[in-house]
Amino acid sequence: MTIDEVVGRLESGMTIGIGGWGPRRKPMALVRAILRSDLTDLTIVSWGGADVGLLADAGKIKKLVYAFVSLDSIPLEPLFGLARQNRTIPEICEWDEGMFFTGLKAASERLPFLPMRAGLGSDVLRNNPDLKLVTSPYPAPDGELEELVAVPALRLDVALVHMNRADAHGNASYLGPDPYFDDLFAMAADQVFVSCEQVVDTAGLSVDTPVQRLLLNRMMVTGVVETPNGAHFTTCTPDYERDEKFQKHYARSAADPEAWAAFKQRFLSGDEDAYQAAVADWTKEQA
Amino acid sequence: MSTETKTETGTEISRAEVCAAAVADAFSDDGEIFGSPMGIMPMLGVRLAKLTSNPDLVISDGESLFLGGVPPLFAKGDVVEGWIPFRRVFDVVAYGKRHVMMGATQIDRHGNQNISAIGDFAQPRRQLLGSRGAPGNTVNNRTSYWVAKQSPRVFVEQVDVVSGVGPKLAREAGPAASRFNDIHRIVTNLGVFDVNGPDDTVRLLSVHPGVSLDEVRAASGFEIAGLGSGSDADVSTTRVPTAAELMLIREVLDPRKLREREVPSA
Repeated sequence: MTIDEVVGRLESGMTIGIGGWGPRRKPMALVRAILRSDLTDLTIVSWGGADVGLLADAGKIKKLVYAFVSLDSIPLEPLFGLARQNRTIPEICEWDEGMFFTGLKAASERLPFLPMRAGLGSDVLRNNPDLKLVTSPYPAPDGELEELVAVPALRLDVALVHMNRADAHGNASYLGPDPYFDDLFAMAADQVFVSCEQVVDTAGLSVDTPVQRLLLNRMMVTGVVETPNGAHFTTCTPDYERDEKFQKHYARSAADPEAWAAFKQRFLSGDEDAYQAAVADWTKEQA
Repeated sequence: MSTETKTETGTEISRAEVCAAAVADAFSDDGEIFGSPMGIMPMLGVRLAKLTSNPDLVISDGESLFLGGVPPLFAKGDVVEGWIPFRRVFDVVAYGKRHVMMGATQIDRHGNQNISAIGDFAQPRRQLLGSRGAPGNTVNNRTSYWVAKQSPRVFVEQVDVVSGVGPKLAREAGPAASRFNDIHRIVTNLGVFDVNGPDDTVRLLSVHPGVSLDEVRAASGFEIAGLGSGSDADVSTTRVPTAAELMLIREVLDPRKLREREVPSA
């Protein structure tokens, strides 16, 4: 598939899960494609990084389900901060990050909910009044019937994830330190689009790396698109690490309206090839 | 106020070094569990504990590896003894064999913590990280907090958003919430606290050398148990690091003095 074909499969109002974690192995090329599209009213489900900041800034998000939004080396995401402080995201669902994992697990197992302690006593329950409790039918050793959070399934219309390698059928591997939760995003979704650094033939997937790294199988995947450097400026270890310089440039620009307009003009006004070329030029200037 | 302390042998000890030992002491009786520090001073303290009082502690690189040794802060290339990607962290949280030390933008009288947002949640004055894992941590495994700069803006009467659950709210939420709720220590640049005051409130355990009770009072937006109108003589002083600990802090774990970024010497 091409990036445009993937975006062509998306519709306004959809619930879209974005894989990766914070500023790590995010499908940024696909996020940038959504920025260019006329899609609106999206529900975004993400352990958030700049994906959330950019989509919020572009006014694409109707509802956001998240546990945190962070750039790691820069703790607070500036565009997400602005969106919250200006209340431009109509619906906010801030969960505990383990609840988020459990919600994806429930969806991937086609369960309506899974029980969990996380959330009890905290404002996650007060700020999300639709979250309900469930009472155990089995007494604890002390005879108490524990009341737990019934974490609802995080069902997704679409999951977007970025992997290091994939074959044309949708078998795909991560080569970095952490799978994050991309397999769960995939199993929670009706349609799954995988962008990757490199499409290889099937035999190539396990020729130089343990088979345990094959996180996605083709049953889980609707379409594959090759987007080299497609996680930029997040990590895609070992193909590349986070572009800290560029991330800093992003964060500084986002904090000032004039600088942000210039950033968007330079990096986000064209297609993915134009983005990558603009980044390459910028990087040369900084050297 | 002085942030340097002299030992009997005349060694200058910085406030940051006192804090590092106090953080280490929070992990000394944990046994063989995952010591999970968020931030520089907690990481320094956890590694110091592993090299001194609690060699059984399990530590990670903060990303995805359990480390067999005890490398300096942010060093790479240590012996790897296991794999701890994020999804497995959630498994360990639920398993309970973990002691996390988190930061806190706000902590209140009842030991609730906020890292989510400042102001009204619907439209915060300042959006912070989000609740991250704080709700799950605090009802599943031992949790401590590190505050680099105690002030009435951090020690508040009531947090704006409850991310980390203190013992009183946990009790009110029922046995599933309170069974494993264990807020162990709050270590700040001024002193060491727990939440065992009356009605599960923040209680002063010790002030760091050179810190007066008035300083602690001035840096607190609520009345702290054990502080009251007491005089300096009534309250314990945080111990200073031993010569061996100082060597480990200065020469082994933090030769670049990253600790000073958190608690600068005057």
